[in-house]
Amino acid sequence: MKALYWFSFALSFGLLATPVQGEKSLPEPRKAGIEIMEKSQQAFYYAGADMKADIKMELITADGKKRIRVLTMLRWNDPKSKDQKYFLYFREPADVRGMTFMVWKYPLKESDRWIYVPAIDLVRRIAARDARSSFVGSDFTYEDVSGRNIAADAHTLLREEKIEDRDCYVVESVPKEPADYVKRISWIDKTAFLPLKEEYYDVQKELARVFTADKIEDVAATESRERKSYPTATRRTMKNLKAGHRTEVTYTSVLYNVGLQDNLFTERYLRNPPERWIK
Amino acid sequence: MRSFASRGVIVIILGIFLMLLMGNTPIAIAQLPFELHGFLDARGGLRTQDDPHESKTATLGETRLQLHLFKALDWAKFRIKSDFLYDGAVEGADVDLREANVLFTPFEFMDLKVGRQILTWGTGDYLFINDLFPKDYNSFFIGRDDEYLKAPSNALKASFYTTTINLDFVYTPRFNPDRFIDGERLSYFNPQLGRLAGQDAAISPLKRDGWFEDSEIALRLSRDIKGYGLALYGYNGFRKSPEGYDPKAGKPTFPRLSVYGLSVRGKVWEGIGNFEMGYYDSRDDRSGEDPFIPNSQFRLLAGYEQELAIDFTGGVQYYLEQMLDYGAYKRTLPRGSHAADEFRHVITLRLTKLLMYQSLKLSLFTFYSPSDQDVYTRPNIHYRISDHWSGEVGANIFIGEKDHTFFGQFKDDTNIYLGLRWSF
Repeated sequence: MKALYWFSFALSFGLLATPVQGEKSLPEPRKAGIEIMEKSQQAFYYAGADMKADIKMELITADGKKRIRVLTMLRWNDPKSKDQKYFLYFREPADVRGMTFMVWKYPLKESDRWIYVPAIDLVRRIAARDARSSFVGSDFTYEDVSGRNIAADAHTLLREEKIEDRDCYVVESVPKEPADYVKRISWIDKTAFLPLKEEYYDVQKELARVFTADKIEDVAATESRERKSYPTATRRTMKNLKAGHRTEVTYTSVLYNVGLQDNLFTERYLRNPPERWIK
Repeated sequence: MRSFASRGVIVIILGIFLMLLMGNTPIAIAQLPFELHGFLDARGGLRTQDDPHESKTATLGETRLQLHLFKALDWAKFRIKSDFLYDGAVEGADVDLREANVLFTPFEFMDLKVGRQILTWGTGDYLFINDLFPKDYNSFFIGRDDEYLKAPSNALKASFYTTTINLDFVYTPRFNPDRFIDGERLSYFNPQLGRLAGQDAAISPLKRDGWFEDSEIALRLSRDIKGYGLALYGYNGFRKSPEGYDPKAGKPTFPRLSVYGLSVRGKVWEGIGNFEMGYYDSRDDRSGEDPFIPNSQFRLLAGYEQELAIDFTGGVQYYLEQMLDYGAYKRTLPRGSHAADEFRHVITLRLTKLLMYQSLKLSLFTFYSPSDQDVYTRPNIHYRISDHWSGEVGANIFIGEKDHTFFGQFKDDTNIYLGLRWSF
């Protein structure tokens, strides 16, 4: 009896450490859910070896008042792991112009974040414990911008259906640890694997936020000397239904595989933004 | 540049600028061959009590235009940032050149920034141990934007980068002191008089302004290990505020000082932790027996900051200042002087709450010294009305049992302020 207890303990420990083994024992819709979300994360957050984009965010209140954030984003994927590094250079509004922001993202633990305030030449570490907090005052959270750990949610393929004329998988994701939402339903495009729509249900089980990818463009790039095209959501909206607030995001000048290097994501360039990449 | 002529120049510059604004500015600015940004800022502040040592109730009453010109070429970045202001509280116009520098990369492994610049390093939050770059405590205590806590340096900064370690070397050919509290605007404790003083005893220290002989060197060796920033520091120069005294001249002085220190900062538990220490080598009074020159010191700080809830952050710091050779200090202290403690402890607390999609910021920063029995607290409410307009209201509150303690000496300077800014 005791041996069995230890065996099951060891087994459950093994399941926690290596979720891949655990997937075998999962029912079919759960396995499919994980597989789809992994492909979707790859397409949405990890496309290419690196990426550069100019991003415009419009923060719009219920009565139509608009605030604007304009920034350039550089992203680098660590070829040896699922780690990523981000560099953001803010252009607008005027009072944050020239500020830079750097994130070293790890899939399984809290990111390291730095901000540089040029007016006082100050590099600060940001104590952000909660990846669910708002990104620059928008309706997007940090996780919405850089991706959420797949293993943090239980995913289930619910059904397949069309959004406009695109075939989609509909996947339900339920956070394993309490979060600001209890359920997310994602419509994942069957060919590009980009999320076309996401619905977030809050603790009252009411629809609270809705994400939509409003425009998908194929961005041509070279990968290992071959021409490739990366489908990219160049217009996105996040609506907060309860507050009536929404954020519309436009990606322009999107480029993949431009040759960003690991050493770009350091204090040197935080203090002295690389003109070549942010021009 | 506080003269009638400079006031005229500033009025003209402000006038031209306002005329530009009336015209089609966005187009005008877009057509310039360089980037032009800045702001127009109006703010006022008042003492909340009488100060027998200062003639004015107002601590601040200024209109400020900041122009920031930036041009990036392939080989260099040029930056000029200058403030033009008229301050009613001191009835003077001023031009405050904040930056005028060129930054370039002569070698792949090296960056060089030459000219007037703002410099900051270290890990403390409003507490500085190894950052010996000039500060402006007048601005800090009267409610100007945080930007003005740092005063510019005329310096050369060379940074060298390798895969394992980075070196920053800052050379200031002529000493850049703090913009210290001199009594003109804010009253302070004058140790020679043994009482609070202000305009009646404005500080005019013996100058340290010899090119190259009164130079400063600051060094930092740093590296990052898995998101943890480690650094070693060295400084050779002078006390940044006139903390010494020359009894023959009857004037305050900037005694010679060297500082050696280290810091580490990174993720701790669920937030960010930092630790920093420094040894202040008082080169003009190594034995501690000169009562007119501060003794050597050991300084230490440890801090922790964490997001307590969404958009609500709290930070605490503990800071310790130990006077070395305390026995010698006590023995040689002139009769009747207030003896400083051997240990000065300070605890700080920062609370920041963001509301309304981060456009409203409520913040409170408090310094409390259990050894000095004094408090300095900075409540502030900042609201971004739009992408261009912002307003803020705040206070600088000093409370102290005794007149001679670090924050207690400013108790008659307690003030409230209000500011409005248009950024472009």
